[in-house]
Amino acid sequence: MKLRTLALASLAALLMAGSAMAQTSVKIGVLNDRSGIYADLSGEGSVIAARMAVEDFDAAAKGINVEIVSADHQNKPDIASNIARQWYDQDGVDAIFDVPTSSAALAVAEISRDKNKIFMDSGAGSADLTGKSCSPNTVHWTYDTWALAHGTGSALVKEGFKKWFFLTADYAFGQALEKDTSAVVVENGGEVVGAVRHPFPGTDFSSYLLQAQASGADVIGLANAGGDTVNAIKQAAEFGITQAGQKLAALLIFITDVHALGLETAQGLVLTESFYWDMNDQTRAWSKRFAEQNGGNMPTMVHAGVYASVLHYLKAVEATGGKDTTAVMAKMKEMPTDDPLFGKGEIRADGRHIHDMYLFQVKSPEESKGPWDYYKLLATIPAKDAFRPLADGGCDLVK
Amino acid sequence: MSLETPAQSQAEALPVGTPRLHLIIFAVLLVLLLIAPFVLYPVFLMKVLCFALFASALNLLLGFGGLLSFGHAAFFGSASYITAYAAKDWGLSPELAILLGTAAAAVLGLGIGALAIRRQGIYFAMVTLAFAQMVFFFAVKAPFTGGEDGIQAVPRGHLFGFIDLSSDLTLYFVVLVIAFGGLLGIYRIIHSPFGQVLKAIRDNEPRLISLGYKVQRYKLAVFVMSATLAGLAGATKALVFQLASLTDVYWTMSGEVVLMTLLGGMGTVFGPLVGAAALVTMENYFAGLGAWVTVLQGVIFVASVLLFREGIVGVIARLTKKSL
Amino acid sequence: MFELLGISPQVLFGQLLLGLINGSFYALLSLGLAVIFGLLNIINFSHGAQYMMGAFVAWMLLTYTGINYWWALALVPIIVGAFGVGIERLMISKLYHLDHLYGLLLTFGLALIIQGVFRNEYGVSGLPYSIPAELSGGQNLGFMFLPNYRAWVIFASAIVCFCTWFAIERTRLGAYLRAATENPTLVGAFGINVPRMITLTYGFGVALAAFAGVLAAPIYSVNPNMGADLIIVVFAVVVIGGMGSILGAILTGFGLGIVEGLTRVFYPEASAVVIFVIMAIVLLFKPAGLFGRAAS
Repeated sequence: MKLRTLALASLAALLMAGSAMAQTSVKIGVLNDRSGIYADLSGEGSVIAARMAVEDFDAAAKGINVEIVSADHQNKPDIASNIARQWYDQDGVDAIFDVPTSSAALAVAEISRDKNKIFMDSGAGSADLTGKSCSPNTVHWTYDTWALAHGTGSALVKEGFKKWFFLTADYAFGQALEKDTSAVVVENGGEVVGAVRHPFPGTDFSSYLLQAQASGADVIGLANAGGDTVNAIKQAAEFGITQAGQKLAALLIFITDVHALGLETAQGLVLTESFYWDMNDQTRAWSKRFAEQNGGNMPTMVHAGVYASVLHYLKAVEATGGKDTTAVMAKMKEMPTDDPLFGKGEIRADGRHIHDMYLFQVKSPEESKGPWDYYKLLATIPAKDAFRPLADGGCDLVK
Repeated sequence: MSLETPAQSQAEALPVGTPRLHLIIFAVLLVLLLIAPFVLYPVFLMKVLCFALFASALNLLLGFGGLLSFGHAAFFGSASYITAYAAKDWGLSPELAILLGTAAAAVLGLGIGALAIRRQGIYFAMVTLAFAQMVFFFAVKAPFTGGEDGIQAVPRGHLFGFIDLSSDLTLYFVVLVIAFGGLLGIYRIIHSPFGQVLKAIRDNEPRLISLGYKVQRYKLAVFVMSATLAGLAGATKALVFQLASLTDVYWTMSGEVVLMTLLGGMGTVFGPLVGAAALVTMENYFAGLGAWVTVLQGVIFVASVLLFREGIVGVIARLTKKSL
Repeated sequence: MFELLGISPQVLFGQLLLGLINGSFYALLSLGLAVIFGLLNIINFSHGAQYMMGAFVAWMLLTYTGINYWWALALVPIIVGAFGVGIERLMISKLYHLDHLYGLLLTFGLALIIQGVFRNEYGVSGLPYSIPAELSGGQNLGFMFLPNYRAWVIFASAIVCFCTWFAIERTRLGAYLRAATENPTLVGAFGINVPRMITLTYGFGVALAAFAGVLAAPIYSVNPNMGADLIIVVFAVVVIGGMGSILGAILTGFGLGIVEGLTRVFYPEASAVVIFVIMAIVLLFKPAGLFGRAAS
């Protein structure tokens, strides 16, 4: 009898010691495009960002053992869902990060809900992730189509660019972008004078650009992405569209695209992003460290989002002392977010991360003082206005 | 000139005992596949099965009909879309959804086939490719396909209303039945009188025409059969991954399935299975390598064409002097 | 001014001209395919990848060695053409005794390799390549603003197409070539080195693709996938034109570019499929293609 009590006591002591040291092992998966059109804006850079988050959090000293795995989903939803399934079922991955390309992100969100694991998206744009396809397991960090459309749309109309013409990629994503932006334009007293749907993907945009030019619009809104946007901008420069006084607004573009276009071509372009490396001392210091590991290339907002979301996830793991999905999700939503890149913010009930967004204009070659000196800030969109109001998304979690 | 298929020399007279050998292989295969899900990851195995069926369907057309289709993704993908849509938006039971998807592929196969068989050889390949591209553009544009996002979160549902398919293991056995049934069906077609005529057309079309065979009809028939079975594979895939997407209709998918058939061995019964298993495994385990997977696929393509056109199973067949 | 179906003639002329520019690329690429097919009897699936290589090599010359656009226009076809000669000697020549389909499969594999390697090396965001200073700016034609560079594209491709046609149809060398297409053994018996002629022909076809690539570099994004989708459209162009004649390939290329341009005005959503629709119709009524000889 006495012996048993003793045994129990020592067992309890052992357990206590264990929890005090909090030896938690988490495995996080960075799933993104490592070979396709989004490889430069996510890809290996996101893995670097995740690794930096683990270092900066000093996870090992806090008794959290973090392992990072990564894979290429090639922007295909089938491959993404396949990898996610396998990671959760077989490899013991606890949370998946990044996942650009809306179709792939929606697929991963479904699997994460099924398997009750955590999915923190940075790279994808679909506002459905926190709207009609929202899930208790999803956090959407960096940006979404609603934020981009509203940022660019309302800011430009307020500056007096009232007549819009859209060049839209003819598929779900492009149409959503056009629809959202049109709504904002009209709401702010602007007018949509026309739109043309181009096949996706397209190579020659000259004929659509001429139609846009003939429409007499102030702004040509590019509701497309990736190579289509790059091509359209390139050809707009060639046809002297911007020189003739029309403004080009790219509704989804990243700094890596601007880098690829070169300032000569991209100058004057207006765009919305949630992060730029040259904002303040903290972002500059972090970005410099990042660039050293990323072949000299500066981080995109997607990289920044991966860093910040991994950091926040680890904080929640530390705070709950474990990696139970429900507990960690609850903690992440309850705890305000704070990181050097996005500043202070919060995660809403629908999984949307809230922070400031910024309207930038691409500098001309004369204004730029060196490599990667690309943007000048036109306006800051405060966090409370930057994202779709909680009630409008149609998310089941908001009731 | 014609494609090098090991079956060619043996088409006239199968060695005695071949059917028994095939029976034994099929039986061993079945036993292995019954054990497999307890050892390996069932979702991975289901993917292999779907692609094995897809590649075998292409092989029916390519290896036995001598027609290289570079547009089979059209059938695979459209069946996948129809099944996903029927299961999700109409709430059809899985068996009906699969049936509907397969039927759609058959109809599409009839339409494309009727036009494509008007040309031969390389032209045939290009025409099928071009039609597949039309189907791709349709899938991008049509409202019901969900464009870029595809149709996601497709419910697996209850087979015949009472077998719950949400467990991977249960679904695996259903997929096994479908894929194995499809493979046996193809085997049956190949060894029927129809299959014999087909092989004869492949080897010497003018001769068959002069013998009074309506060659075009045979070609169309095999095209439709192949499209239907490719559709069956695509429809099943939609339920396994609970999703239909543009990947399934893109021309790289058509190329991939040709590669599976080529690697395994055109015109062999078991080649496409081996090819599909090899490629799916490769894609799965090398996924981390990114674009190098494409390069690797290309290298396999080139190596297969230059070094072993008979494919893996073809080489084995030659070495063992058995028809496989 | 009169209006046609609600479209002003300004817009219409503009679009016709733009169609002609696209047609220039179709014509150059389908011409290359036709030349290769004529003698080698293979469909060069890696044509799109070689077009992409053309643009990339031009970019590399500029970036690493400072060689400008005009020199690139001359050098790149030679460099990429030499690459094509190597491919032909090492690989394609091993397949002549086999079914033509193997050539298609081989070049498909090559296309995957080339695209994959460039993707690993340069990513896919695309690389900048500026329009040469001499051709920047444009002319106001009254009905549209025509960038000088686009005018140059039409001019350059028309010249190259004409020269190729002339060389093949009107010179002694071309006569050998055409003869070798009909009967290689006999031509060989006359003391002409047929294998070498075949090799050089492949190299020439590839050089045409590379030339188109250099022309495209300043206006389209230089990225590893730029040729992948284009090539399928060009295949359809080739099926419509039929493989019978060099002239057919050129005319169909330009013609379909214009048709596509018009579709962009009247029904832009269909502009991606219009060529495939035409292909289906041509197959129904003239299976050998518009300019093709009877079934090959």
